Formats: sequence, C-alpha cells, structure tokens
Amino acid sequence: MITLSKLTKRYQPYGKPAVLDVDLTVDCGEFVALIGPSGCGKTTILSMINRLIEPSSGVVAIDGTNIRQVDPVALRRGIGFVFQDVGLFPHLTIGENAAITLKLIGRAKREIRDRTREVLDLVRLPAASFQDRYPATLSGGQRQRAGLARALAAKPRIMLMDEPFGALDPLIRDELAGDYRNLHDSLGLTTILVTHDMTEAILLADRIAVMKEGEVLQVAPPKELIANPVNDFVAQLIESPRRRANALAAVMRPQ
Amino acid sequence: MSGDQESFAAAWAQLPENLGWHVLLSLTAIALGVAISLPLAIFSARTPYLRRPALAFASIVQTIPGLAMLALFYPILLGLSAFTKARFGFGFPALGFLPALAALTLYSMLPVLRNTITGLAGLDRAILLAARAVGMTRSQSLLSVELPLAAPVILAGIRTAAVWVIGTATLSTPVGQTSLGNYIFTGLQTENWIFVLFGCVAAALLALAVDRLLGLAEDGLARRSGVRLAASALGLSLIVVASIYPLSHAAEKASIVVGTKSFDEQYILGSLIERRLKNAGFATTRRDGLGSTVIFDALSHNDIDVYVDYSGTIWFDDMKRRDLPGRSELLKQMARWLKNEKQIGFAGALGFENAYAFAMTSEKAKALHIRTLSDLASYAPRMKIGGDFEIFSRPEWRSVARAYGLSFSIERQYQPTFMYRALLSGDVDVITAFSSDGRIAQYGLTLLGDPRGALPPYDAVLLVSPAHAADQRVLRALKPLDDAISLNVMQHANLEVDRDRDKRSPDEVASELDAMIASDRR
Repeated sequence: MITLSKLTKRYQPYGKPAVLDVDLTVDCGEFVALIGPSGCGKTTILSMINRLIEPSSGVVAIDGTNIRQVDPVALRRGIGFVFQDVGLFPHLTIGENAAITLKLIGRAKREIRDRTREVLDLVRLPAASFQDRYPATLSGGQRQRAGLARALAAKPRIMLMDEPFGALDPLIRDELAGDYRNLHDSLGLTTILVTHDMTEAILLADRIAVMKEGEVLQVAPPKELIANPVNDFVAQLIESPRRRANALAAVMRPQ
Repeated sequence: MSGDQESFAAAWAQLPENLGWHVLLSLTAIALGVAISLPLAIFSARTPYLRRPALAFASIVQTIPGLAMLALFYPILLGLSAFTKARFGFGFPALGFLPALAALTLYSMLPVLRNTITGLAGLDRAILLAARAVGMTRSQSLLSVELPLAAPVILAGIRTAAVWVIGTATLSTPVGQTSLGNYIFTGLQTENWIFVLFGCVAAALLALAVDRLLGLAEDGLARRSGVRLAASALGLSLIVVASIYPLSHAAEKASIVVGTKSFDEQYILGSLIERRLKNAGFATTRRDGLGSTVIFDALSHNDIDVYVDYSGTIWFDDMKRRDLPGRSELLKQMARWLKNEKQIGFAGALGFENAYAFAMTSEKAKALHIRTLSDLASYAPRMKIGGDFEIFSRPEWRSVARAYGLSFSIERQYQPTFMYRALLSGDVDVITAFSSDGRIAQYGLTLLGDPRGALPPYDAVLLVSPAHAADQRVLRALKPLDDAISLNVMQHANLEVDRDRDKRSPDEVASELDAMIASDRR
C-alpha cells in the first residue's frame, strides 16, 4: 500500500508549487492512473515515490513505512520504474540491461541468467533472439518491452510508469498496454501510471486521479468519474474519449 | 653527396637513444596527465562551480609557449629540490627528465580535461535518470554507465594530448633531456639540415603512428570491437617496448657529464673536453644544447660537471657586476667569486674570446666611413640592427648604447645562423656578431672598434662542478686546454662546421683540435 499525505513540492522557495497537498492511497494490487495536462505535477509525484525527487513537505509511506527512513538506493532497487524515453543503456545488450538490477542486488550468476531469460520471455521478447542484441537495433515497441523487462527483473511489488506508451504508434501501444495490464494482474503488482491519454487511463486503470496545477481534483473509478465529475475540468477531460468515439462512429457509419 | 650520407648515418646512429628517451618521456607525461586530469574532470563535471576554473587553468597553461614552460620548470624544480634537501635531507635532479616531464604533463591536461567534462556533460539525461531509477549508486552509475558511454570522447582527448606531447617533447633538449629535439637543435645550430629534417620526420612519424593507433582504439570503443582494441593495444606496446628497450642497455655508468650551450663552438669544445676526459680514462656523458641561463645553475648543482662559459656572461649574469675592471682583473675576480661563492672550479681560460662585436658588411662600412661605434652613432637612427635572442635585454647592450648614444630604428632578433644571412641580404645594416665566429672572416665582415671600452671581455673559461672542483684527475685531464686555443684557431674551427660546403661535424673538428693541442704541447 502506498500512502501520500499532504505531499508538496516547491522547486523555488516562494514560487508556485509543482505539487500541493496531495493525499492519495493506492492499495495493494491496485492500478491507479495519474492524469492531467503537461506540467500538472504528475511526474513529480511519481519521482517522489522512489526518491528521485525529495518532497518539500508531506510524507510518502509504503506499507506504513515512511520512505525517508529507507536508503534511496535500496528503495529504488525494490521498485520498477519505466519511462517514456525508456533509457536503456546503449552500451549494454538487452540481456545485460534486463539483468542490471539483479546484478546490483548481487544475485548469483546462474540465477541472474535464468531470471533474465524468464523476464524477457514474460514481456514477449524471446531471450534466444533478443538478449544479445543492442538497444539501437530494436524498434520503439521492442525497446519499451525491454525497459519493462528491466523494471520487472528483480520482482518488484510496485511499478511506477511515466507515460510508458506515449511515444509508440497506436497499434503497438494498445498491444503493449494490454500485455502490461495482464502482467499487472498475474504478478499481483501495484501500479501507478502517469498518462495524459484519458482513453488509456479508462481502459487500464482501476481508479483515476485527475490532476491540475499540482493538485488532485478527484480520485475515482472510471465509471464513477464519468457519472459524477466534481467540476467542468474533470467533466471535459472524461468526456474527450466519448466525443472522439462518437465522431469516429459517425465517420465509420456505413452509408 | 657523401656529406649528406654521413650526416644521415650519424643521425641514424643516434636514433635508438633519442627515440627511446622521446617515447619514455612522452609516455610518462601522457600517463601522468591522464592520471591527474581524469579524476579532476570527473570531479568538476559533478561540481559545476569547479568546471570553469579547471578548464580556464588548463587553457591558460596551453597559451604558455612550450619552450618557456620547459625553461620555467628548471628554476621551480631547483627551488623545490633545495627545499626538500634542507627539510627532508634529499634533493633530486632539476635538470633533464623531471622538468621536461612536469611541463609536458601540464600540456597534456587540457584536451583530456575538456573532453572528459564535455563527454560526461553531453550524456542523454534519460539514461542518467534510468541509472538512478534502477538503483545505482553514484559511483556505480559513473563506472558502469557514464564513463563507458563517454569513453570514445575521452579517448579522443587522450589522442589529441598524445600528439601534442610528442610534438612538444622535441623542445625538452634545452633543459637537458635527450629527445628527438636533439636533432633539431643541433642541426639548427650547425646548419645541418639533414639533422633538422631527420628530427622533424622522426617526431612526425611517431606522432602519426600513435595517433593512428589511438584512433583505432577509439573506433574499437565506439563499435565495441574487441579486435580493434586489441590491435591498437598491441601496436602501442610494440612501439613503447621497441623504443625503450635499447635504453636499458645504455644504462648510465657513474660518469663525468659534459654540458654545452646551443651553438657550434660549444659543440666543438664539448666534444674536445669529452676527448680529453676519455683519454684520461673517464666515462663521459653529454648534455647538449642547454639554455644559457640554465647551464650555470646546472653546473653549480652538479647536474653537469664541466662546460665552457664566457667571463663577461658570468660577470654580468651571475655576479651581477656592472663595472668593467679590465680583462685579466675581471678573470681573477671571477675565479675568486666562483670558488668562494659557488664552490665551482675554474680550470683555466682557453685562450680566446667570444665577445659581442658589432659587424657590418665591409662595402657598407667603407661607403659610410664607419670604423668604430662612435662613427656608427650618427647613422644608427636610420639603421636596422640584428642580434641574437639575448643581446637586447642584456646589461652590456644598455651600457654600450649609453656609452655611444646608440639608438636604432629597428631591433630584430635572430637565431645566429640567420643573423648573418640577414646582414648579407641587407635585411639589417649591422649585427652583434660573435668575435670567434668563423663567418666573420668568411664573409669579410668589418668589426667596429670599441674605443671607449664599453663592451666587456668574454674569455672562454673552463668551469668544473663543485663535486669535481678538487678532483685532481679531472683537472689534470683538462690542463692541456689551458690557453691552448687562439682566436684564429677557434674561428677556423667554427667555420669548418658552419660553412655551407664541405661541412664537417663538430666531433671531427674537435679531434683535429685535440691532435693540434697535443703536438703543441710536445
């Protein structure tokens, strides 16, 4: 369980806060999407959960433990993190990339090798044909799968995902997003996904947290959000997939 | 052209020693430079307020001319050595390897520093973020992500540094370090262009080969090709081993070190002194082409043991005297000062002077009716004068100028060889020649008289280091040189080395002088 209480981040002492007084609880096994326009503070919140960024005030707790009391390096090794630009290490093979956290934790060579194969197969990059290739030789979707494998290798219970599918073309995005949701369920993960795509949020998440200018406006399951938006902004945001679907339907209706 | 072939053979014979030292010196300097600048660069890449000062320092170092930098390290190391000796009871040689190494190390720093800093700063932010997010500590991120990714850029910096150092190492000859520069300095002084060319080509080939091999390594890193890396490492080690190996065979025995300044008369006399010492059963080593400000300090600190200086130089430069008591009185006072103040042995005057003397072409002197410096004064404001690198900043220049009211329209400085050329071609009207120079007679130059006695005497004097000042064997071996060489003989000997045709090597001329002295004594 991840608990954010009164979480605030100011980059300048007296400037507008990037994140202001955010309270949010994510249960074990839950899939929560953080959604909002660019610059609303969603990535900052994600980064404060594995201490890539330290909050100005407020607390992040994982299973009741304030993460300030956990060594940041150890904390990060226990949390999977996936970004939009993937950040695969270009001088290492896909296998070496996937194995990196296991290596850092100091697992035995044999265990690293077996787990690397397993996790590559899990994200549907067959180890036999992919583990010795370098990132530069992979397509965008394959690279993101490799990034996913790297995040999953050390069997984290929590996954933080920062617009992981944003840069991919639509077909691949849907396929990868679907694959991930299955992994989330089968591995019993707790996932926080940052996105600005409401359709993706509605299709993947158990609950959606809508953000604007550093504040969380509403947290609710997709259906409730659609039924009872707290204000116009949320209503507009949640309406956008439906508007697009209607427009699409009109175009595609047979003459 | 058998003369050229002989020169080439002589140059070839010196190659193992010159190349070996050149490679050893460059390699050590580059290794040391990398060892210092790599950590410094890593540290400053992470500490932004340190980045600018570090780069600025390295850039400033780069603007100091190579020759000046090398020369500067001699007095610095002398001071340091004196300090450690007083404080901790040990000193170290301030001449030769160490000053050259220190200067070249500083030179090698800028490219490594700059490339490492920019290489690290230019890394993809997403990759650095990923390194933190997967749980790397700062040092793990540095060692397994940042340095490997920046490696090609860093290696490119090392490559630039290597080429610079190999080129600049040729300038280490004047601080007494043997290098490929020995060819260039000796060749320039004795107008042996085969030597100059040989030195340039050898240094260029070495630089080119190292550049190519490091380029191969860079390529290997970028393409992750182990074969390329291995080939590069193999090639570089071959060069190093093959060139340094001969040095181990020429390990220096305890021997008498003969020093010379960087002009032909000095090379002839150095060779002559070496002959005398060898005849007396000593092992000898040469330190050729030392800077004239370096050489006296080198002797007084026993870095060299014997060399020929000139009384006026010591009187002005080292004794800081400005009066002129007359030739023999000056010699007497100089010898006393050397013994009492510096514990340096005075083994006698060779019998000739190599003084500054104003010279003009005889045609121009005749046409203008100039016979003395007094006659010259009224023409001087419309005349151009050429001198060596030192004269215009020396005290005797000021005293002569004051005594005769001389002031020229333009003062130009030349390497001595080119100074005579400039006079003959009319680029300058008058030069400050050297009285023992054979070219004065060869070109029929007119030496201007000094009726007011403003120019000091410059008797060639034989000086012996404090360590050997009381060594009777050494003094006995040098004794036959006392008053043995007349001005005429020296001029003739110098001419044989200087002239354009039928040149002879300083060693050949020295052997003739030796034979002549031996027969005179008999």
